[in-house]
Amino acid sequence: MPEAIPLPERPRLAPGVRLHFDKTRNAWVLLGPERVIETEGPASEILRRCDGTRTIEQIVDELAVLYTAERTEIAGDVNDMLAELAAKRLLS
Amino acid sequence: MSMANPVQDVPAPLGLLAELTHRCPLGCPYCSNPLALDDRADELDAATWSRVFREAAAMGVLQVHLSGGEPAARRDLVEIAAAARDAGLYTNLITSAIGLNSARLAGLKSAGLDHVQLSLQDVDAGTADHIAGYAGAHGRKLAFARSVTELGLALTINAVIHRANIGRVAALVELADQLGAGRVEIAHAQYYGWALRNRHTLMPTRAQVEHAMQEMDDIRQRYQGRLAIDMVVPDYYARRPKACMGGWGRRSLNVTPPGRVLPCHAAETIPGLEFWSVLDRSLAQIWQESPAFQAFRGTDWMREPCRTCEMRDIDYGGCRCQAMALVGDAAATDPACELSPSHALPRGVAERESAIPMGDYTYRGRVPDNTATQPRQRKATQ
Repeated sequence: MPEAIPLPERPRLAPGVRLHFDKTRNAWVLLGPERVIETEGPASEILRRCDGTRTIEQIVDELAVLYTAERTEIAGDVNDMLAELAAKRLLS
Repeated sequence: MSMANPVQDVPAPLGLLAELTHRCPLGCPYCSNPLALDDRADELDAATWSRVFREAAAMGVLQVHLSGGEPAARRDLVEIAAAARDAGLYTNLITSAIGLNSARLAGLKSAGLDHVQLSLQDVDAGTADHIAGYAGAHGRKLAFARSVTELGLALTINAVIHRANIGRVAALVELADQLGAGRVEIAHAQYYGWALRNRHTLMPTRAQVEHAMQEMDDIRQRYQGRLAIDMVVPDYYARRPKACMGGWGRRSLNVTPPGRVLPCHAAETIPGLEFWSVLDRSLAQIWQESPAFQAFRGTDWMREPCRTCEMRDIDYGGCRCQAMALVGDAAATDPACELSPSHALPRGVAERESAIPMGDYTYRGRVPDNTATQPRQRKATQ
């Protein structure tokens, strides 16, 4: 395993990456250079909050409310997903 | 072939390659555009491109690649880019940088351009300009790359790899990183169109390819999380074919400067295919019904060994244009596949041609070219 990439304090989508609602496929998709990544419900909720104003903690708080779930469980999911996005250089 | 039965409900494509012009100031020997280029006088106007983009977005296309030739050769490039973005498409500009000063680049940024893909020919100006056949190109590209990142636009560096630069893959990636690129394409030359004519001067040796492939593993490790790196594999030495275009008529389409719609940008090298034009029909109808898209869509057209192969829905039998170029039969298994009865052919060609001492390139547009002066063969419907 390569070493983990440090996560930004207030994550936002990298330049050239944007979230788009695809009416044809009725899904949120993340668009980047030569990349189309379909996102499911929770993932798109996380991505929509990666706007450079919210901290990771705030994103976790909001999702815990949205899904009425344990904060620790949500935190794990959010961190995993952000780490994956960072590794693909989709966050800045 | 399934031409008799129009296929219903073909899934929507994701990407559109918009070839705005075949004009280009560079003369790259590996150019994959056809031998006979389309004329400026026949290029679609901006209003037609705008309509094509709206139709593309309505049918489910998400990304458009503004390409050429050199798209900046179009005076109305900014207007065209704005139309693509207004249609809701993720808009990528594929450019050599020649013809794009900072004012035009700023105009593109204001138009909503999402991403810039810049070609580099090598790491040093001397060899890079020699490959491009254009003095001063490399310096302008480096300056342009800096302008792109200063404007906050996302940048990909694309480097076509061949015998003259295959030893500098790591240096090319390093240069891309220094220029602030977020992504690099290491594209081993593909031999279609003009590139086929220069194949003997471009083909690397097997040892060079093996070294470059091993080097890629280290490079990926080194830039993990910093640079996204994609590779087009050198398939003359491969054991299995590339999943060309992600399958014929499955994920993307290509519109030529005068509006013919192709399943891939080399598809016109296949004789007998009937291409429809955006001047005559909607993009959606062409995607669903045009004979060229139907010809190799899905797996019904396949023969053995593809027809019963467990990889048929993964690699789609490889590349139709390569089968045509090497075996003379577009419905044959791509000979890059070791299951093809012609598999010895590409490797034999590669080993033979890479052993020839490197001569001069035949530059695009720099020499009298008999083929290019002949009128383009017209298709049955035109």
